[in-house]
Order: sequence, then C-alpha cells, then structure tokens
Amino acid sequence: MSYTVAAGLAVLGALALDLLVLRTRLVAGRVFWTTYAIVLASQLVANGVLTGRQVVRYDPHAILGLRLAYAPVEDLGFGYALVLVTLSVWVWLGRRGVDGPTTPPAR
Amino acid sequence: MRHLTYLAVLAGCLAVAVWLEPVLRVGVLRRWRRLLLTLVPVVLVFGAWDLAGIAAHQWSYDPGQTVGVVLPGRLPLEELLFFVVVPVCAVLGYEAVRKVLRR
Repeated sequence: MSYTVAAGLAVLGALALDLLVLRTRLVAGRVFWTTYAIVLASQLVANGVLTGRQVVRYDPHAILGLRLAYAPVEDLGFGYALVLVTLSVWVWLGRRGVDGPTTPPAR
Repeated sequence: MRHLTYLAVLAGCLAVAVWLEPVLRVGVLRRWRRLLLTLVPVVLVFGAWDLAGIAAHQWSYDPGQTVGVVLPGRLPLEELLFFVVVPVCAVLGYEAVRKVLRR
C-alpha cells in the first residue's frame, strides 16, 4: 500500500473513530477546527524543516509527488489523523471521568 | 550539532505549546493519567504505521541528523518522541482554544 492510500485510509479511520466509535463528534464543532488550524500552521513549519533538510526522506514511488512546504501532501493526512485520533481519545476519556470527580467531595 | 536537528524541531514544538499550561492554566499536564491513557493507543497505532512505512522503504531517516539511538525496526528515538510531543501539543492547544472560546 502506498503512503498516499494509507494516508487517505487514516483520515477515514480517524473520522470513523470520532463520529461512529467514540462518538465525540469533534469535527462538528469549532473548537477542533480552530485547534487544527493552529496545529496545521505549526506542522507546515516543523515538517517543512524536517523534509526540507531531508531529516526524513521519502521513496518517490510511495507518494504522489505533490509537495507543500517541502513535505509530501500525504503528510497532511497523517497529521490530520494523528491530531483527530489524539483529541477524540482525550475527550472520550474525559467524558468517561478518568480525571475523577470534577468537584472535591464535601467534608 | 547537525545530529541534533530532529531533536531541536521537537524541542521547538514543545516550547511553542507548553507555556499554555501555566499561563492559561489548561491543566493538561496536571491531568497526567488521562494524558498517558491518550498517548498509549496513539503511540501504538501511529508507531506501527511508521514501522510499516520504514519496513516497506517508503521513508527513512538521516542518521546524520538524529542522535543515533535507533529502536527496533530502525525507528530513531526522535520518531518515537514525535508521537508523544505532537499529541501533547495538540491537547494543550485544544484545551487552550476551548478555554479562550468559552470566555
């Protein structure tokens, strides 16, 4: 499977996790998209350094060849899936009360 | 100094986000148990994808720009740290945005 196909599947998988599995529905709200816009700007800089300086090198046969700030466009799918899965799990765990009671017990 | 390139990028990412914890009091690092539970599946799933990509020769890392600690599967230490640093930064950003938009 090429990186292109894997990145596309990862985006679909992350969306399924958010909408169907954990039902956190982050992609329906503005908090997620505002966060993602900030993360995306940071990603273009950090990933631009990593790919521009060739810290990471890609096999030309595994990618489309379309690049944005030196990085293959597939990295956008990878980053989007990484951020959405992370935040979906974080919010889901919060709803499950992993932090414990939000108010301290009365004495 | 060249071997510190990748590590420096990760340090830069953390520096950009970690001030949100004390300044906006987002309480992400304070809720370390929830953060840790978030990181476990993310590191496992995306780490496995990374290893599969390395094994399939889809990407590789420049040994001259990493510190030289290589984990099983030819995964540089920095790449494992990436899957910790980026999610932590994302959660810090998410909680900060939530706090600011709620004001």
